[in-house]
Amino acid sequence: MKTMLKLTAASVALCAGIGMANAETLRWARAGDSLTLDPHAQNEGPTHALAHQMYEPLLQRDMSAQIIPALATSWAPTDDPKVWEFKLREGVKFHGGEDFTADDVVFSLKRAMMPTSAMKELLNSIADVRKVDDNTVHIETKGPNPLLPNNLTNLFIMDSDWTVSNGCEAPQDIANGGDNPCVRSVNGTGAYVLESRKQDSQTILKQNENYWGKGEFPLEVTEIIYTPIQESATRVSALLSGEVDLIQDVPVQDLARVAETDGLALSTAPQNRTIFFGMNVGDADLGSDTVDGKNPLADQRVREAMNIAINRDAIKKVVMRDQSAPTGVIMPPFVNGWTEELDAYPAYDVAKAKSLMEEAGYGDGFGLTLNCPNDRYINDEAICQAAVGMLGQIGIKVNLDAKPKAQHFPLIKNKETDFYMLGWGVPTFDSEYIFNYLTHTTTDKLGSWNGTRFSNADIDSKIESLASETDIEVRNQTISDIWNTVQAETIYLPIHNQVLNWGMKDAINFPVQPEDQPHFKFMSFKK
Amino acid sequence: MSTETQKGAEARPEFKEVVTTSTWQRWMHSDIWHSYKRSPVIIVSSLTFLVLVLGAVLSPLISPYTPFDPASLNLMNGFTKPMSANEFTGDYFLLGTDDQGRDVLSTILFGLRISLFVGVVAVLFAMTLGVVLGLVSGYVGGWVDGMIMRIADIQMTFPSIMVAMLLYGIGKGLIPPDLRDEMAIWVLIISIGLSEWVQFARTVRGATMVERQKEYVQAGNLIGLSRWSIMLRHILPNVTGPILVIATISLALAIIAEATLSFLGVGAPKTEPSLGTLINVGRQYILSGEWWILLFPSLTLLALALSVNLFGDWLRDILNPKLR
Amino acid sequence: MLAFIIRRLGQALLVLMAVGFVSFSMFKFMGDPLENMLGQEATVADRAELEERLGLNDPIIVQYFDFFERALRGDFGVSYRVGLPVGEVILDRLPATLELAFLSGVFAISLGFVLGVYTAIKRDGFLANFIMTTSLIGVSLPTFLIGVFLIWAFSVNLGWLPSFGRGETRSVFGVDLAIFTWDGLRSMILPAVTLGLYQMTLIMRLVRSEMLEVLRTDYIRFARARGLSQRTVNFGHAMKNTLVPVITVTGLQFGSIVAFAIITESVFQWPGVGLLFINAVSFVDIPVMSAYLLLVGVIFVTINLIVDLLYFTIDPRLSVSSN
Repeated sequence: MKTMLKLTAASVALCAGIGMANAETLRWARAGDSLTLDPHAQNEGPTHALAHQMYEPLLQRDMSAQIIPALATSWAPTDDPKVWEFKLREGVKFHGGEDFTADDVVFSLKRAMMPTSAMKELLNSIADVRKVDDNTVHIETKGPNPLLPNNLTNLFIMDSDWTVSNGCEAPQDIANGGDNPCVRSVNGTGAYVLESRKQDSQTILKQNENYWGKGEFPLEVTEIIYTPIQESATRVSALLSGEVDLIQDVPVQDLARVAETDGLALSTAPQNRTIFFGMNVGDADLGSDTVDGKNPLADQRVREAMNIAINRDAIKKVVMRDQSAPTGVIMPPFVNGWTEELDAYPAYDVAKAKSLMEEAGYGDGFGLTLNCPNDRYINDEAICQAAVGMLGQIGIKVNLDAKPKAQHFPLIKNKETDFYMLGWGVPTFDSEYIFNYLTHTTTDKLGSWNGTRFSNADIDSKIESLASETDIEVRNQTISDIWNTVQAETIYLPIHNQVLNWGMKDAINFPVQPEDQPHFKFMSFKK
Repeated sequence: MSTETQKGAEARPEFKEVVTTSTWQRWMHSDIWHSYKRSPVIIVSSLTFLVLVLGAVLSPLISPYTPFDPASLNLMNGFTKPMSANEFTGDYFLLGTDDQGRDVLSTILFGLRISLFVGVVAVLFAMTLGVVLGLVSGYVGGWVDGMIMRIADIQMTFPSIMVAMLLYGIGKGLIPPDLRDEMAIWVLIISIGLSEWVQFARTVRGATMVERQKEYVQAGNLIGLSRWSIMLRHILPNVTGPILVIATISLALAIIAEATLSFLGVGAPKTEPSLGTLINVGRQYILSGEWWILLFPSLTLLALALSVNLFGDWLRDILNPKLR
Repeated sequence: MLAFIIRRLGQALLVLMAVGFVSFSMFKFMGDPLENMLGQEATVADRAELEERLGLNDPIIVQYFDFFERALRGDFGVSYRVGLPVGEVILDRLPATLELAFLSGVFAISLGFVLGVYTAIKRDGFLANFIMTTSLIGVSLPTFLIGVFLIWAFSVNLGWLPSFGRGETRSVFGVDLAIFTWDGLRSMILPAVTLGLYQMTLIMRLVRSEMLEVLRTDYIRFARARGLSQRTVNFGHAMKNTLVPVITVTGLQFGSIVAFAIITESVFQWPGVGLLFINAVSFVDIPVMSAYLLLVGVIFVTINLIVDLLYFTIDPRLSVSSN
């Protein structure tokens, strides 16, 4: 009987192939769940993170955020700079057994450009997507777009037949109450297959036995059990008590505890996100201050005083427990356009700040309201509280109004705040993305997050020129010019770049990905 | 003798003079005082309550620091251990500091003040509303009674913390931003108060319906006393006992409700925290070793709510003659 | 009798309509759902277009009647957050909350009864007084703190019980339940105790005072005088008489269990309707919030109705006063 059992076990292992030789289950937790399985219905971190395990884009960012081939093997502009050619990987099959072809790419990109898609803005430079042959696709942009590949790293490819036969040719239209099988099921080409899923509770993935990347990636994890745990103390408790193997979003105060616990390890990396304050520099008078008929924030000396009154090192040490990189520019270091000179932050100098206030005629200070989110960034409200104290020391009496993100961000969009906190990540890794949303004058298309009312026609035209400038030298020079103006005017008060921390079993080899996207096919175990 | 007749006597105006002259002596000889003296738990809890109230009232005078003045804070004082001086600034803190460098002892005293203020005013509001509606409902009856009791049903449909949450959301939205800071605490008070009035109203209504049938009320009606005068001067005194018990228990409930609301993000703001807000902040440090940020505010809240609850328990036993 | 029921049902419907209206007028202040539904790249035009499609531009009263009209047909719309039909999402989550409420109810009633009876019989005994005092600790601390403390003690330090989630579930008549698996039951202990502690204290106090009252009545004295044993008197006669008020009060407490489940579920990541509601609030998921509040309304109106009917059948005098 015993031998029988052994034999069966051996044959099972043989059948399952070498990948299953050391079956490893990974229990993964983070604060939020994926919102939907439809890969084009939400443009949001946790949703993309789960989708990346099962669906694949044409090209993706690896664990160090470098762009690597995924479903496309090569890509380059053709002789016409407006047309890009993508060569597709051959022999790839979807989980359901369907062949991956150029038709699927054309279908998926067009689906992602539909009105109900959440991804359409990333593709708004695309004029047309054409199949050339079964393994070649041409993407034509409206003008030359040197950064097109950067916009495709979260654009997942679905099987056209499967999607159409399920009746979800278009991403779900929530307004019309359409139920949609693509929200509940997955048919991708990715390394993992959906086994079961309960929203906000548990999602189980199994390794894709027919994955094209076998041999190319470690693929040591054979099963993933993903659980969202919202409460940070509960999440850390689950890691400490060994109920999960990997957590994202480790609160900064618990890092030391995780690092000191036997059997656990921390993985740390700078995040692609800057935290800063925006000020209303454009209006003639402010609604939320105590100065009548004038806008104190319109005075560059006041903004400079505020900039040097903020003790970034103290915020880093106490509020962030050393888990942040103070900065002098609203741009993380990964971004094209970043330099060390821009990143250098001014020395904390209360005396100088006070004399600047005096010079500007605000020696007695003034009152102002600071709007702050309390559920969006790492210790967001605590940073604002600290800033309130620091600005208080140069006579600016700040009234803190902290709100959940759903109430905070509309204030910026609707220009209803004069002083606010905002964080900005740059998915395209290029300065143009920052300028388009934060620096350009607010218009129908651009400047939607520019709550500063800053408006400069010269800067605007420079920003617009970036979109179609194909000469990299010229383009980089323009970027540098724009940054110099932004910095000289002190439009924003940069605080720091966030640092990402993942806590995990120390047997796991897994670097933190700067976009906070774990791609489990890269994960390996220490032998 | 029973407390019922005492109150009946007080209620009748013609005996008022007599009653006031001997109040103190009657109090000293009453069952209440007798029971108080015999119960060490009650003595301890009432003294604890007294100390906490004094600490809250005198907080501006006795606090070593001014935690609600942001300009006086130094972030570098953050996370100082209890009974030690900060390594950078040299400032000494008896109970340590929190994440913003605020002295925990001073913050607790000021927070206690806010928690007590919210609790007491919310209960007073609930009591006034509940007693008035209960009297009207029980005395007038008919469709007025039906309507008030239906409203009470609606109110009960929303469990208390939900009522508070919803009202808080509306309140914050309606108040203009520059008044928000001053008004936030009143929104909190009204939200908590509104969720507690039903208890008062139902009790008063029940008692009123019983009393209304009695001869002295009928007599009052005959000699032409106004409805309000009958309700307030004759019926109300008969239900002071139950009202007092409900009020005490509601006070503990209101203080805890405020703390619970801070977990849901709708309590007192972090720049001017109540005990509940302090606990909600301190909760983040339960695993990280900064135990004092959570422990001291929690103990204070426990002492406050427990002493009020114990007092309420005792009061209920004393005022319920059936249990003696 | 029939007229009474019809009138009460009519009133119940009015109550529900009012509850619905209050919640609808409140959503406006809870934030902007578009903020979460659109990515950060959305343009001004995109926002306007989605706002129009969702009908968020319509006056509240129009949105409200639209909601009610569809709700009567059983259509609660699609969740803004997860894109699934709201009815399905709620039905999927309801068993988790109900079984948690059930287990916490069992805990509260059984322990509350035992301790209540004990403290009544041994009135003024040292242990009884001690129990009376310490049990108040459970109602003198906010629920979330008790939950966090239990996790700290039993999951992190002792490692005895799970800190989050439902554990393994088993399908019973098509409903996934955790209560029938060992793993699931273990996962339920901490949240059930957290949720039931308040009710336990309440029931214990109620049982105690009812017992004390009953023990003083003539028929118990008479039973004692007849020479019945203390045990028979206490358990056979006195306790039986406390059952009715205790069950009534426990039933009425169901609404507050549902409310406090919001907090317990978010501390323990228990995937029930409370957690769903909290997520809906932070996402401003209007369809889920309205359906949840309506559900809470229905639950409470039903409980009220049942209690009313019980009183009606028990006490015929009420039929006169209710006219």
